[in-house]
Amino acid sequence: MADERPIPNDTNKRETADTKGDQEPVIKIEHLKKSFGSKEVLKDASMVLHEGENLVVLGRSGQGKSVAIKCIAGLLQQDEGTCNVYGQEVKDLSETELRELRKKIGFLFQSAALYDSMTVGENLAFPLTRVLKMTDESEIQKLVEEMLDNVGLKEAIDKMPSDLSGGMRKRIGLARTLIMKPQIMLYDEPTTGLDPITSKEISQLILDMQKKYKTSSIIITHDMLCAKITSDRMLVLNDGSFIAEGTYDELENSDNELVRSFFK
Amino acid sequence: MKAVSTTTILPDWMSDIGDQVLFMGTFARNIFKSGFEWNELIRQCYIIGYKSIGLVGITGFILGFVMTLQSVPTMKEFGAVSFVPSMVAISVIREIGPVIIALTCSGKIASSIGAELGSMKVTEQIDAMEVSGANPIQYLVVTRIIACTLMVPLLTLLADFLALGGGFLGSNIGGHFSLILYFNKAFHSLAFTDLLPSVIKTIFFGFAIGFVGCYKGYNSGSGTESVGVAANSAVVSASLWVIVLDAIAAQLTTILAYN
Ligand SMILES: Nc1ncnc2c1ncn2[C@@H]1O[C@H](COP(=O)(O)OP(=O)(O)OP(=O)(O)O)[C@@H](O)[C@H]1O
Ligand SMILES: [Mg+2]
Repeated sequence: MADERPIPNDTNKRETADTKGDQEPVIKIEHLKKSFGSKEVLKDASMVLHEGENLVVLGRSGQGKSVAIKCIAGLLQQDEGTCNVYGQEVKDLSETELRELRKKIGFLFQSAALYDSMTVGENLAFPLTRVLKMTDESEIQKLVEEMLDNVGLKEAIDKMPSDLSGGMRKRIGLARTLIMKPQIMLYDEPTTGLDPITSKEISQLILDMQKKYKTSSIIITHDMLCAKITSDRMLVLNDGSFIAEGTYDELENSDNELVRSFFK
Repeated sequence: MKAVSTTTILPDWMSDIGDQVLFMGTFARNIFKSGFEWNELIRQCYIIGYKSIGLVGITGFILGFVMTLQSVPTMKEFGAVSFVPSMVAISVIREIGPVIIALTCSGKIASSIGAELGSMKVTEQIDAMEVSGANPIQYLVVTRIIACTLMVPLLTLLADFLALGGGFLGSNIGGHFSLILYFNKAFHSLAFTDLLPSVIKTIFFGFAIGFVGCYKGYNSGSGTESVGVAANSAVVSASLWVIVLDAIAAQLTTILAYN
């Protein structure tokens, strides 16, 4: 808790055991605890995300995966423990600092969370005009079309979210998040509800984002193909803490019965 | 960002008032931030104002009509039928018009704002806006509250006017007045001191309706049923606020007018 850290970007002084090489991790969670009422969701969760890495998080339904990444984005506040992003404790940030930090974070909601009073095109343009304060209509239009093309839904630009299927909504949500070219991406089940072909395309897109923009990502998924394609490293969340860590192959051959069962 | 939760120490209604005060502060801080959402304000004025014209207009018209129909027989007994236009005009414009229209608007506008923001909250749209680095208070709350504050007074003026029209129709059934005579009598009895306090009052009503709708919607819980709860409690609190504000306004105008 009492983390004495005078200069956040002072990288060379801080080399704790869990930092890989000489790089400070992008996200560092330590002993995170979060309860809702009497229900303890996260009990003692610790993890790091390194620069440029794709980290896949597995875990059974209701284990608190979404809760964990919401703490990272400052949508929820942990009860105990630390949640550092770029060396800043998210909980302690002022409103303005948090807004600045959030410009660097992309968050794909499990539910897609499209703004349903706006068309698909307006949904994608919203962060461009409101956050990046872009004013050039033709440039915005170009970016929006390009991004929609990336998720294969160019023709949906004038549709309302209520006219889209679940999988389409998911892809539009992804497009709306990626259009900001965030440095950190938090994907909450990016491929759930998609057909195998699209879901492979989306996994490829996640990989492309990582290559092209050096995005560091946390990917929550139940889709093992997606995990196989995208992951550099994987974690398993169970009963409020991360119980296993390793590459896809390592976890597939883990000694732990529960961990192995994800791969069957 | 959030203040320390007071819910465990204080009774519900107290911490609710505390939260409303905090929300008011958040609203006030965001009015003057750069990047005011003019387009969204205009859209909200259209939705809140223009789309309520039908309901408010009919309510106003029937209000005047019924009041006249009801009062003409009694006034006749006193031989005071010629006072009917002034009576309707004064009572509608001073008191009944603003209150009835504000209560109607609580039902129509506060509930729809409460339900809309409530469902945006439940489906994580507000979270999505926030996490993208945009400012949902500025985009959703400021625009709606200002639109209500502007539109409810205008709607009330429209309803007042139509109530006079309804009053004319009501008295004309018995053939008591010509159109010109009726409106002459009605407007003659009205002083500026009748209209101004009533307009100021409706500005506060409008603000209360927008504020309560936004507060209840924005702070609704998770789960679909909270959308209904948000809409419902928005109507209840907005109506209550209208009545309380009206009582305060009546006291103030009496003090100011007779001292
Ligand atoms: N805002 C909230 N209020 C109360 N309880 C909550 C809230 N958000 C999450 N929970 C609870 O926390 C637990 C973990 O939820 P979470 O959404 O993180 O699960 P998950 O691991 O993402 O599961 P899934 O794979 O199904 O998405 C659940 O039991 C849920 O009921
Ligand atoms: Mg989840």
